[in-house]
Amino acid sequence: MKKRIVCFVMAAVMACSGVLTGCGSKKTEVTDTLTVFNYGEYMDPDVLDQFTEETGIEVKYEEALTPEEMYTKYKSGAIEYDLLCSTDYMLQKLISEGELQEIDIDALENKENIGDKYWEFSKAFDPDNNYTVPYFWGTLGILYDTTKVKEPVDSWNVLFNGEYSGEIVMQNSMRDMFMLALKALGYSLNSSDEKELKEAQELLLKQKPDVQAYLVDEARDEVVAGNATMAVVYSGEAYLGHQYNENLAYVIPKEGSNVWLDSWCVTKYCDNMDAAQKFLDFLCREDIAQKNFEYIYYSTPNEAVIESLSEEDRADEALVPSDDATKDCEVSLMTDEKTTDFMNELWKELKAD
Amino acid sequence: MNKLKSVNPRSWLSSPYVLWVIGFTLIPMIVIFRYALTGRDGGFTLDNILAIADPIHMKAMIFSLEIALGCTFVCILLSYPLVMALRRLNMGKQGFMIFVLILPMWMNFILRILAWQMILSSNGILNFLLQKVGIEPLAIANTGTAIMIGVVYDYLPFMVLPIFNAISEIDEDIIEAAKDLGAGSLTIFRKIIFPLSVPGLLSGIVMVFVPSMTSFVISDILGGGKLQLIGNIIEQEFTKSVNWNLGSGLSVSLMIFVLISMAFTTKNEVEGKGSAIW
Amino acid sequence: MVEKIKDWVSRFYIGIIMIFLYAPILVLIVLSFNDSRSRVTWGGFTLNWYQRLFSNRQIKEALATTLILALMSALIATVVGVLGALGIHAMRQRNYKIMMILTNIPMLNADIVTGIALMLWFVHFIPLGFGSVLLAHITFNIPYVILSVMPKIKQMNLSIYEAARDLGANAVYAFFKIILPQLTGGILSGFFMAFTMSMDDFVITYFTKGAGVNTLSTMIYGEIRKGIKPEMYALSTIIFVFVFMILLVVNYFPSRKKEEKSYIG
Repeated sequence: MKKRIVCFVMAAVMACSGVLTGCGSKKTEVTDTLTVFNYGEYMDPDVLDQFTEETGIEVKYEEALTPEEMYTKYKSGAIEYDLLCSTDYMLQKLISEGELQEIDIDALENKENIGDKYWEFSKAFDPDNNYTVPYFWGTLGILYDTTKVKEPVDSWNVLFNGEYSGEIVMQNSMRDMFMLALKALGYSLNSSDEKELKEAQELLLKQKPDVQAYLVDEARDEVVAGNATMAVVYSGEAYLGHQYNENLAYVIPKEGSNVWLDSWCVTKYCDNMDAAQKFLDFLCREDIAQKNFEYIYYSTPNEAVIESLSEEDRADEALVPSDDATKDCEVSLMTDEKTTDFMNELWKELKAD
Repeated sequence: MNKLKSVNPRSWLSSPYVLWVIGFTLIPMIVIFRYALTGRDGGFTLDNILAIADPIHMKAMIFSLEIALGCTFVCILLSYPLVMALRRLNMGKQGFMIFVLILPMWMNFILRILAWQMILSSNGILNFLLQKVGIEPLAIANTGTAIMIGVVYDYLPFMVLPIFNAISEIDEDIIEAAKDLGAGSLTIFRKIIFPLSVPGLLSGIVMVFVPSMTSFVISDILGGGKLQLIGNIIEQEFTKSVNWNLGSGLSVSLMIFVLISMAFTTKNEVEGKGSAIW
Repeated sequence: MVEKIKDWVSRFYIGIIMIFLYAPILVLIVLSFNDSRSRVTWGGFTLNWYQRLFSNRQIKEALATTLILALMSALIATVVGVLGALGIHAMRQRNYKIMMILTNIPMLNADIVTGIALMLWFVHFIPLGFGSVLLAHITFNIPYVILSVMPKIKQMNLSIYEAARDLGANAVYAFFKIILPQLTGGILSGFFMAFTMSMDDFVITYFTKGAGVNTLSTMIYGEIRKGIKPEMYALSTIIFVFVFMILLVVNYFPSRKKEEKSYIG
């Protein structure tokens, strides 16, 4: 009896995988291959197919969840990635370690689509704009339910004054949490001063009993579902939160925050610079950037796309942060090993409490 | 019986496995030991191994131990009545019930844990149902209880299956004979069923206790990241602070700890039959 | 009367455990019909995700990889593991203990440690790709097979085997006719545990896979931050319903051979 079940189930499994592999193979003339490393869910899969169709270059695509994970996998040398998309401070680290190749930015036909503002942003970690091409950007702020707060939220202080005890969702991300605590205290978010970091940790420690959760998954959903009143999120998530629940609002606190930039770079392993350039140029093209934008809904540095947005969307701070809102924001930079270790130690203490 | 001969030819059957162990367990272990025994500068050090004594790490370790022991205990408690009930109703002999037990596990682990998060959260499904029947909502989300539910849920089949396998082997005639001789159900369980289930139970304990010591996804998602298991710390050392040396060191000391504690607890078990798990 | 009550209590208890095991699955099934990208808002009933699932090449490829990987790794792990367990059982006490300790090591290490160690080791001799993931999966699957089979081996009655040998059966024949049937239950549950572990793993897979190789787990892992795609719920529902139907059909179809009863497990 049992044997029959096993046989049936296994035969079915085999048949399925056979059928699936069969219909999975699709033939396009392939001339070159690029190995690309990106964050999870950070590109419309159709874009990759379209790229292969248009150029004949096949893309081997790989995803990571965090910049550190990406770094770990890249550094092991197990896979020779040609291109990768990472975040400001991690890109700076890679540049400083000599892992990246210079890109001929001026040769990118669609370079003009990326606004000057973003090339300026990039200079914080890529001083001569030689290594990186902006992809998406945004801010860190507070998503909150306007029906549940007594007065408008405009400061990080709301997370720390104890008024919303048990109603706050933070991120399970050491860097982001320290950055906002440092900002709340009026320090630079790139501070490596041990005294300031310690102060930031004490602030977070004091806050911990009020925190509902340090989430790894969708913090925005907790606010959408009404499990929490406010959550610390990236701006793009806030835009989607607003789509699901009209009463949600996003604010970049007045003390300033982090403005982050995810950009593409070419690694030292890439021996087909021509294909890599084609890929980068392709991503900057208006229709492609548009597709990716509609897939991800983070702020795009592609001005051609921004112009095509509706009036309402363009006024949405979560989607298109204004210059005014970002004026007190800082780009996060890489920290040295000593500071990382110190921060890590403080973070563990915080979590252990 | 075979142990008296110098080398039992049957032991050659394990040669592919022995090679496998050397190639894919021992050598990677050497890689880990190498990281564990060196500092970031590359020099020899015992700091990473001894780092387990750090109060933060110790606290996480003790909490992990509580969760793992609690989980194992609850799984045993839930498994025996289940196995006995299945046996009583003569279900499972066809293997149907085994599949019913294991089928949920074919849905992706992360999806199932996220579903639990939705069930347990403060505005979640459980509280919705409780309110319908007029019971006060529970605050389980983001607590140790939620983590406990998660690990028990995830590891229960690993306890049920081996115990079930061991018990299904018992001849019905023996039990009938015992009944005829006037033994009550409790006596039958104590004198016949339980002793015969011990090898299965021991396998179950290893398969539940050991992996639940190092889990980190469940505590991150269901514990709201507010509670820290040793698995979370090791994971963080590798992926957040990129300190492989410390991560490996903690992992090695965890391993030594579990091996010693398991050796202790199973040392006296049915040694005579040669069926101790170690 | 007492027997009746006991029967009911048994049924009730099994029911409770089933609710416990299947509650999350029910949630996933409901979510697959939810017309909203967010899992916490109900946007009405839809079959949209099923439709999108069938046109999603990435998911189909990942599903195929997942199934093939799980099947191959579980099969190989079962063969190596069963032979291994038989051999280890025949070893002298000291070697037996050493081997059992080594068997537990892949379970003892946090996944990430195993994953990174294997990745660093694989780099020396094979390019990361499907093959490397397969090796890794077999490695962490074998212990589950051994731990499932070992209790059965301990209960095994070797005298029948020896009698058969004395009567002139050759070793291979006697193995298949006498040893294997006694172990069936353990082998099957070991195989299924291995299959399940392989389907579920993401950390070790993540570090040992090559670019472009995706399993469902690694895909879902990548989606955690931005929200799980509802197509995944639809896929889970299909897999669930599919396997469950097979089970029902096979279970309630009259069995052809009565004597198969002896292969209990």
